[in-house]
Amino acid sequence: MAGSQWELPPELCCRPMAFVALTGLDVVYNAVHRAIWDAFCANRRADRVPISFKVLPGDHEYPKCRTKRTSYEWYIPKGILKTGWMNKHLNLVPALVVLFYELDWDDPQWKEKQSECATKVEIVRTSLQGRNTKVAVVLIQKKTPLPPGEDLVASERASALCNACDLSGKSLFVLPHTDHLVGYIIRLENAFYEHAQTYYYTEIRRVKSHKEFLNKTTHQLLFVRHQFKIAFFSELKQDTQNALKYYRTAYSLVHELRAHETNMLEIKTMAGFINYKICRLCFQHNTPLDAIAQFRKHIDLCKKKIGSAELAFEHAAWMSKQFQSFGELFDEAIKLGLTAIQTQNPGFYYQQAACYSQDRKQQAQQLCQGGLSYPSPDPLDTQTGGLDFYGQRPWRQGHQSIDPPDAEKEKTGILALQIKERDVPHSELIIALLSNAVAQFKKYKCPRMKSHLMVQMGEEYYHAKDYTKALKLLDYVMCDYRTERWWALLTSILTTALRCAYLMASVKDYILYCMELLGRASTLKEEQKSKIEKNLIKVLMNEVPDAEPDCDPSSVGAARSLWTDRMALAGSNELTVEVQDYIPFIQCKSRFQSPSFHVDQPIQLQVFLRADCPHPVNFHKLAVSLSNQEYNQWCVVEAGQENMTLSPGKTKCYNFSFVAKTEDVGKKIEMTGVEVMLGSDTGRCVFLSWRGAGGDAASTHEALQASRSSRRWGRGLESRQDVDWDGLNLQPSTMIISRVPKVSVQLSHQPPALTNEMFCISLTVQSQEENVAKDVKLTAGLKPGQDANLGQSTHVTLDGSKVCDEGSPALLPDVPLGDLKPGEKLEKCVYIRCVSTGPRVFLFHVAYSISTTVEGRHIVCKCHKDETVTIETVVPFEVSVKFVSTKFEPLDRVAVEIPFLLMTDVLSSSPWPLMLSSSSLQLQTMTSNTAQLQSQLHEVVLQTGECASECFCLRCPVQTSNSSTVATGQYLISWRRKSSGADSPLVQTTVTLPHVILESVPLYIHADLPSFGRVRESLPVRYHIENRTGLVQEVEMAVEPSDAFMFSGLKQVRLRILPGSEQQMLYNYYPLMAGYQTLPQLNISLPRCSASNTNALRRFLPQRIFVKPQGRELDDASIAAA
Amino acid sequence: MAVCIAVIAKENYPLYIRSVPTQNELKFHYTVHTSLDVVEEKISAVGKSLGDQRELYLGLLYPTEDYKVYGYVTNSKVKFVIVVDSSNTSLRDNEIRSMFRKLHNSFTDVMCNPFHNPGDSIQSKAFDGIVSGMMVQTG
Repeated sequence: MAGSQWELPPELCCRPMAFVALTGLDVVYNAVHRAIWDAFCANRRADRVPISFKVLPGDHEYPKCRTKRTSYEWYIPKGILKTGWMNKHLNLVPALVVLFYELDWDDPQWKEKQSECATKVEIVRTSLQGRNTKVAVVLIQKKTPLPPGEDLVASERASALCNACDLSGKSLFVLPHTDHLVGYIIRLENAFYEHAQTYYYTEIRRVKSHKEFLNKTTHQLLFVRHQFKIAFFSELKQDTQNALKYYRTAYSLVHELRAHETNMLEIKTMAGFINYKICRLCFQHNTPLDAIAQFRKHIDLCKKKIGSAELAFEHAAWMSKQFQSFGELFDEAIKLGLTAIQTQNPGFYYQQAACYSQDRKQQAQQLCQGGLSYPSPDPLDTQTGGLDFYGQRPWRQGHQSIDPPDAEKEKTGILALQIKERDVPHSELIIALLSNAVAQFKKYKCPRMKSHLMVQMGEEYYHAKDYTKALKLLDYVMCDYRTERWWALLTSILTTALRCAYLMASVKDYILYCMELLGRASTLKEEQKSKIEKNLIKVLMNEVPDAEPDCDPSSVGAARSLWTDRMALAGSNELTVEVQDYIPFIQCKSRFQSPSFHVDQPIQLQVFLRADCPHPVNFHKLAVSLSNQEYNQWCVVEAGQENMTLSPGKTKCYNFSFVAKTEDVGKKIEMTGVEVMLGSDTGRCVFLSWRGAGGDAASTHEALQASRSSRRWGRGLESRQDVDWDGLNLQPSTMIISRVPKVSVQLSHQPPALTNEMFCISLTVQSQEENVAKDVKLTAGLKPGQDANLGQSTHVTLDGSKVCDEGSPALLPDVPLGDLKPGEKLEKCVYIRCVSTGPRVFLFHVAYSISTTVEGRHIVCKCHKDETVTIETVVPFEVSVKFVSTKFEPLDRVAVEIPFLLMTDVLSSSPWPLMLSSSSLQLQTMTSNTAQLQSQLHEVVLQTGECASECFCLRCPVQTSNSSTVATGQYLISWRRKSSGADSPLVQTTVTLPHVILESVPLYIHADLPSFGRVRESLPVRYHIENRTGLVQEVEMAVEPSDAFMFSGLKQVRLRILPGSEQQMLYNYYPLMAGYQTLPQLNISLPRCSASNTNALRRFLPQRIFVKPQGRELDDASIAAA
Repeated sequence: MAVCIAVIAKENYPLYIRSVPTQNELKFHYTVHTSLDVVEEKISAVGKSLGDQRELYLGLLYPTEDYKVYGYVTNSKVKFVIVVDSSNTSLRDNEIRSMFRKLHNSFTDVMCNPFHNPGDSIQSKAFDGIVSGMMVQTG
């Protein structure tokens, strides 16, 4: 086992537990004994006392105790700590020996058994001669014991047995073999534990007692040894606080020792042991900071204690081990619940351990030169096969003098160690430590530290000649450094990776790393790049490249033959390298000249290439692949067609152009990749392939920097012939859009539209094409994508001769308009009927196809021209309706069978003059009071704001139903715009008339009187009084006198009117004054039904009359004219 | 005095790295790069608790066996890293602070140069001079 020399001994690393030996148990053949033993050792959880049990035969020979030294005066110690000591007290010398013996209190052969037991105890005692180890006896009994004090025989025999065996009462136990075995065992082991504690206590006292005999000059080693022993016994006693205290004293004592080259290793070994114990206990006491502080102190104290220069690698190995074991302790503590932080975690210690291992490797390489053979006899061989004291040299054990006793032996010994070191697999150790560290840093959010360590691992694998693993690791982290733009680090990783690829003869990797090392991100010097480029060209020519510098010469030979094999292998000399995610030495940026092209234009595409390598480079093919692969054929250029040499630092532009297919109108053409072929078919073809329009891992950032740069303003002047590379933007896609139409579409109309009218929009299409526009089609109507309700309330038609109905669509698609010759004009009227008001957007889409020639290619393209117009729809007029009495007084209710007037007002709100053609009433319950219901509106023209009124005299017949409100009917108006032609259809607008409230009157009175009177001329007035009830009505009538009239007739009368009949009263009024005069008031009352108000009756009667002055022989007409 | 001084862009790429020429330059690059882990962690921890009330000086980032690494972050998230030899115990925290302040001032001057494009690596004689003054003078 290489490296095992530096491993900490297991007895140091374990947790010390009291050692108790069990004898007299036959665990193989006796089931009862087996059960007891199982109960002792099974389920030893944390709640059980910390004891390590061992079954030993009754006559077991314990290690002999050396005779006690009475004086230290002439004693010179040979070393600090014996190698066997810890193990002796952990596993060989028990604190307590327990003798198990089957004996019941009432055993018939009590006497014989008692003496047998005593003999057995004696045997054990003899074997432990000189030790303080306790002895205890456990009687295994079949019967359950009685409670203490009750069994007199038992207590008597117990004391007898104690006497016989020379035991104290506390050392005799009874173990009834019954159901509760585990319970008894737990009580037993607690008792054992107490005995063990006492034992270790006395041991501590014993060691302490030596101190007074020691002197500081000769016994320095013993001071350390004794403190260590006390501390170790304290640990066995589970007194960790004191243990820590003693270990600390031991630690400071170790550093007080006189150190010289010969004992340096011993001192460091012991210091390491004690430090380990201290740190371990500190973590156990949950004081991690103390542990870290102790470890730092330890490292600071020991760092410079290198010891023998010829064995410097030993110091590095020891340091590495120190860090590693502290890391492990730290990690262990974390697993038990300690929390670590980013800047203080086990990873740092593993990393440092790896670092020292690397030092060790280097020193070993320097110090352990080959050539010499291993000395014989083996100076590292000891008689016992091991060392007596920790950290001593096998060829001079126990020697404590400053100079080595035998210079010759010393030399061979060192040589032997050096030769042994040569065979140590250093890389393996380093990699293991690094991977431990990586795992830790991953946990504590240190991605960069992790990457760094992985680089180190990769480099170590490279040194260990495991190139596959090395490449895997390096390749994995490379991308992190590339995205973070740490070029120096990336270059260093790439250089190592290139060496790996060379030594493995991995062509693809080799090419890839070469390309990146030649690229602009590489920080290599020009001559290195130049070398790499030459190698790359060799590989492209299918030749063996030159060896990378700094490669192990022995490996180079192997690599060369590998390369030759690889080159000899025919076929598979084509390979594609995806360079998008790298920073290759050829940069590529490509773009469409414009973000969109009309289908009748050639699509232009530019590819810019630029080489960053030191020498010009040739390539053989450049191809752009597009999303529609049919175009790919136009975007290829091969050697011979154009200059295919890229000069360093110069930008080269390649132009491509092609004609898009007419089917692709409205589609996007995207570049899916750009490929540059390096090498040729005769050698090796390498396709550098960029996804999309080129660019690589670094170009986004460069473009951003370029856009920020203030220098770009001046750039145009200084280098007009050369393109500003950084300022070049990618344009990876372009839209193919339809050809620009050369037609004009004009709309003429008179907005706003009026509700329900056939709104006419006249469309004029004029062709400015040079060829015949074929298949002209019009799509007209509501633009899609508006409110869904508009679709139902809008109707479009081409037929303007009649009002369209609900069946007409909102959008008329593809109305064929025929062909259009150059310069020809075409007109079309589209009629729109909007049922509801509000704004609408209308679309007029004229599409046609035309044949044209692009770059000699004959294509038929489809063109279209869109016009949209927003049209507001308003109501043409507002209709208001009112009911008035025959006296033009407003009515809130209508009396049955009494004529009233319906007045309609049509108020034009249209900005355009309206022509009301006619109107009509469609009565529902009402009847006309006049012979025929004729419209007074006929061909009336209304300007904006003008009003057309009508008046109809109606009467409501007696209703059969009880409802007090009745529908009147509808008012229909036929109209059109005045501007529209006579043949254009009339729009019929229907207005539903309001409902009226009906009332019935008992008496109806109306008067016949002339339209005017004349002063001092008789004015006959006849009053008609009708009884509308089914009863005879008694009516009192009186005429009140008036200043303006004299009258003749009955001044006061009382009369009866039969049901349904009518009474007439005739009066002759004689006006006295001219002008509007109040007629004499006719008072009517119904004495029978006084409740009915006569005021209601009065409203039927005329109130006033116009009285003309007395004529002066002038005719009526002239007065009316005045 | 410092053995390595670095300026790192907001996006964590180096704007400027100078180290003493006697030692392995690459190693310092790695040291500075790995220290960004701690810087990032510290920035994000502060961002959560204190808002913009932030001390620019981050203090000792992490100690390695051989070096002490100190960090400083400007408000625009440009990082300064100073690496000091572990054996150099005479350097106090205050001195490190003042080194950072000097560095920051000089960096501000560089940024004020209208011909400097922020984000490009720093090429300034004045800045070089300031850095040289802070570096360990070798032979």
